[in-house]
Amino acid sequence: MIELRSLTKRYGSFTAVDSIDLTVPDGELFGFLGPNGAGKTTTLRMIAGILQPSSGTIHLAGIDLSQDPMAAKAKLGFIPDRPFIYEKLTGAEFLRFVAGLYGQDGSVIEHRGRELMALFDLEEWADELVESYSHGMRQKLIISSAFIHRPEVIVVDEPMVGLDPKAARILKDLFREYVRRGHTIMMSTHTLEVAETLCDRIAIIQQGKIRATGTIDDLRKEATGGGGLEEIFLKLTGERAARDAMEVLDA
Amino acid sequence: MSAFLGDVSLLHLLSPKILTARAKPLGERENRAGRLILFTLIGGIFWLFVFGLLYRLLKYFRGIPEIGALLAGKLLGLMLVSLFGILILSNIVTALSSFFLAKDLDLLVAAPVDWLRLYGAKLLETAVNSSWMVVLVATPVLTAYGISYEGGLLYPIIAIGAMIPFLFIPAAIGSAVTLLLVNIFPARRTRDILSVIAVLAAAGVLLIFRLVRPERLARPEGFRSLVEFISVLRTPTSPLMPSEWAAQGIMSWLREDPEILPFYLLWSTAAAIVVFGALLHRWLYTSGFSKSQESGERWVRQGAIGKLVGRMLTPWGVMRRELVLKEMRLFFRDTTQWSQLILLTVLVVVYVFNIKFLPLRGEGITFFLRNVIPFVNLVLAGFVLASIAARFIFPGISLEGRTLWLLRSSPLEMRQLLWAKFWVGTLPLLVLALILVFATDVLLEVNSFMMWVSVFTITMMTFAIAGLALGFGALFPKFNTENAAQIPTSFGGLILMMASIALIGTVIVVEARPVFRYAGASLVGTQPSVVELWVGFALSAGICLAATFIPIRIAISRMKKLER
Repeated sequence: MIELRSLTKRYGSFTAVDSIDLTVPDGELFGFLGPNGAGKTTTLRMIAGILQPSSGTIHLAGIDLSQDPMAAKAKLGFIPDRPFIYEKLTGAEFLRFVAGLYGQDGSVIEHRGRELMALFDLEEWADELVESYSHGMRQKLIISSAFIHRPEVIVVDEPMVGLDPKAARILKDLFREYVRRGHTIMMSTHTLEVAETLCDRIAIIQQGKIRATGTIDDLRKEATGGGGLEEIFLKLTGERAARDAMEVLDA
Repeated sequence: MSAFLGDVSLLHLLSPKILTARAKPLGERENRAGRLILFTLIGGIFWLFVFGLLYRLLKYFRGIPEIGALLAGKLLGLMLVSLFGILILSNIVTALSSFFLAKDLDLLVAAPVDWLRLYGAKLLETAVNSSWMVVLVATPVLTAYGISYEGGLLYPIIAIGAMIPFLFIPAAIGSAVTLLLVNIFPARRTRDILSVIAVLAAAGVLLIFRLVRPERLARPEGFRSLVEFISVLRTPTSPLMPSEWAAQGIMSWLREDPEILPFYLLWSTAAAIVVFGALLHRWLYTSGFSKSQESGERWVRQGAIGKLVGRMLTPWGVMRRELVLKEMRLFFRDTTQWSQLILLTVLVVVYVFNIKFLPLRGEGITFFLRNVIPFVNLVLAGFVLASIAARFIFPGISLEGRTLWLLRSSPLEMRQLLWAKFWVGTLPLLVLALILVFATDVLLEVNSFMMWVSVFTITMMTFAIAGLALGFGALFPKFNTENAAQIPTSFGGLILMMASIALIGTVIVVEARPVFRYAGASLVGTQPSVVELWVGFALSAGICLAATFIPIRIAISRMKKLER
C-alpha cells in the first residue's frame, strides 16, 4: 500500500507538488497522468526516497518513509524514466548488485535473475556489458531489477518508453499478475491507452495538484461528457492541443 | 531555400557552447561568487608564483654574458616543447569527444551544415578545450620573459602571434590523428585505445625527460669544456618542432634581433595543417562518425580475482560485498580509469629515481640533513598520494551521479556507500604509500627510528588524504561529466589538492620538533624527551583522524540531502 498525506515539494517559490493526498491499496494498479511538468516524476521520486518532500508524509507498506527509510525502501522497487545504469557491469552482474543492495544473494537470486532476463529476451545478453545494450534493453534490465528482490510496492515512471510491442505486452501481463497477487503498483504514463486498459484507478495531476481521481467511469462523470480517456484528460487538464496544433501549422 | 542549405555561420554553430560557457562559468549556481573569488585567488597566486620564479631566474640569466640569452632560449624551448607534447595528447583525446562522441553531434550531423563549417566549429572547440590550461600556464611564463628582457609594447603582439599557430597546429594534428584512428579501429573501442596511447605517450615523455637529466644543464661543471656546453646550448633541441620556432621567434624579438622566418614557418605550417585536416575531414568524417556510433565492448571475462575478493568479503555481508565488487569491476573495466595506473607507476619510478640520485653522500651531509631528508620525503610522498587520491578517490561520488536513483531508492545507507568507497580507494593507496616510503627510506639509509616515524606518519596521512578526497568529492561533485579523467582537474579537485597540502604541512610541522629533539638527544647521548615525542605523535594522529572522519561525515550528510 502507498499512502501520501499532504505531500508537498517546493523549489524556492515554485511548488512542484502541492499537498497531495492519495491512497493506493494493496492489489491495485494505480495510474498517474498529467501534462509535462505537472509534478508526476517529482511525486514518484519522492515516493522512491530520492527527493525529500518539503512537507507531508509517505507510507510504503505501512512504514513511514521519513521515520524508517531503510525498512520502507526495502519494500519498494523503483523503475525510473531514464535508464541510467552502470555501463561497465554485465546484465547479470547488475541484477546481482541490485539484489545485494536489498541484502539478497545466492542461488535463488541467480535463478530469479535468469528467469527475469529470459522473460524479456535478455538471456543471451546476460553476460555482456550494459554499454552494448540498446535503450529498450536497458529499460528491460531496469524493470527486471525492480522485481529481483520481490518488493511489495513498485513505483514506475513511464514504463513503456523504448519497449518493443512484445516487451510492452509482457510488461502489462507482468504488472497485472503482480497486482493480482496482492502487491501495489503506482505508474505514471503518457500512453493513455495503457492507462485505460491496465489501471484500476487513475489520478490526473496538473500544476502539482490532483485534478481528479477514480476509475475511468468516475473520471468520465467528472469530465461531464464521456468519451475515451484522451477526451477526459484533455477536458480535465484544459489542453487545447488539437486547436493549437492547427494554429501552429497554419501560421 | 536551397541558398540556406549549408550556409549556417561558424559563429552560429559555436553559439550553444558560448552561451553555455557564459551561463556556467564555474559549474553549479550555488556559491558562484565564492567560487569565483577562490578561483581568482588561487589563479592569482599560481601566476604570481610562476612569474616570480621565472623572473628571478631570467634576471640571473641576463647577468651572464654570452650564454645567458642562450640559456633563456633553451629554457623557453624546453618549456614549449613540453607544452606542445601535452597539447598533441590532449587534442587527440578532446577531438574524440568533440568530433565523435559529443551529444550535439546528432543534431549537427542531421542538420544541413556543410562539412567545412562543421570542421571549423569542432576544430575551434577542440583547440579551446584542450588549450586553455596551456594558455593559463604560458601567460605568466611569457610575461616573465617579456618583462625581464624588456620586450616593449609590441611584445604581447609578438607573443600572441607566435602562440596562436602554436596552439592550432596540435589541434589540427590531434583532430586528424583521431579521425584516422576512428576509421581504423572498431567503433567506441577507439576511446579506450586512445586513452592507453595517450597515457603511454605521457609516461614515455616523462621517463625520457627524467632519464635525460635536464638538471645537468644547470651544472656546467659536468661538461668537459665551456665550448662543449655552449655548443649544446646553441644546438636547437628540436629544429623541426613548432615549439622551437615559437621560442626562436620570441627570443629573437627579445634579443632585439627580430627574425621573420620562425613566424613564417609557424603560420604557414598551421595553415597547411588546417587545410590538410579539413580535406581529411571531408574524405573520412562521414564513415568515421558512422563507425563511432556503433555500440561498445560486449564481452567481459569473469576474473578469478573478483571471485576471490567476493569470497573474502562474504563475512562482511551481501551489501558491502556487492558494493566493493561493483567498485572494482567499474574501475578495471574502464580503460580511461585504469590506464592512469601506468602514468602513476612511471611517476613513482621517477620519484624513486630522483631520491636515488640525491647527492647524500660525501662532505657536508650532516646529522641534520640526514634527518631532514626523510621528512622532505614524507612531504613529497604525501603529495604523490594526494595526486593519486585526486585521480581515483575524488571522482568516486561524481561517477555515481547517473545511477544515484538506484542507490537512493534502495535500502542502502549513504554511510555504507561512502565507507565502501573509502576502503576500496584507501587500501591500495596505503600499500603504495608504504612501499614508496619504505623503498625511499632504504635508499636514503635512514635509521630504524626515522623509518618507524615515516611509516606511522604516511599511514595516518593516507587515511586523512583519502578522507579528504571522498569528502571533497561529495562536496564538489561533477555529476554530468562524460569523462572521468576530467573530474580531478575541476574546481573541487583543486581545492582538494590545496587542503591535502595544508594537511601534509601541518602534520610534518607538528612532528618535526619532537622528532628532531629526540633524534638529537639520542645522538649526543642525553636523555630524550619521550613525553614530547608521544604528544607530537598523538597530535598528528589526532589531526589525521579528524581529517579522515570529519570530511566523510560531511560527505554522508551531503549525500543524504542530495536530490537526484
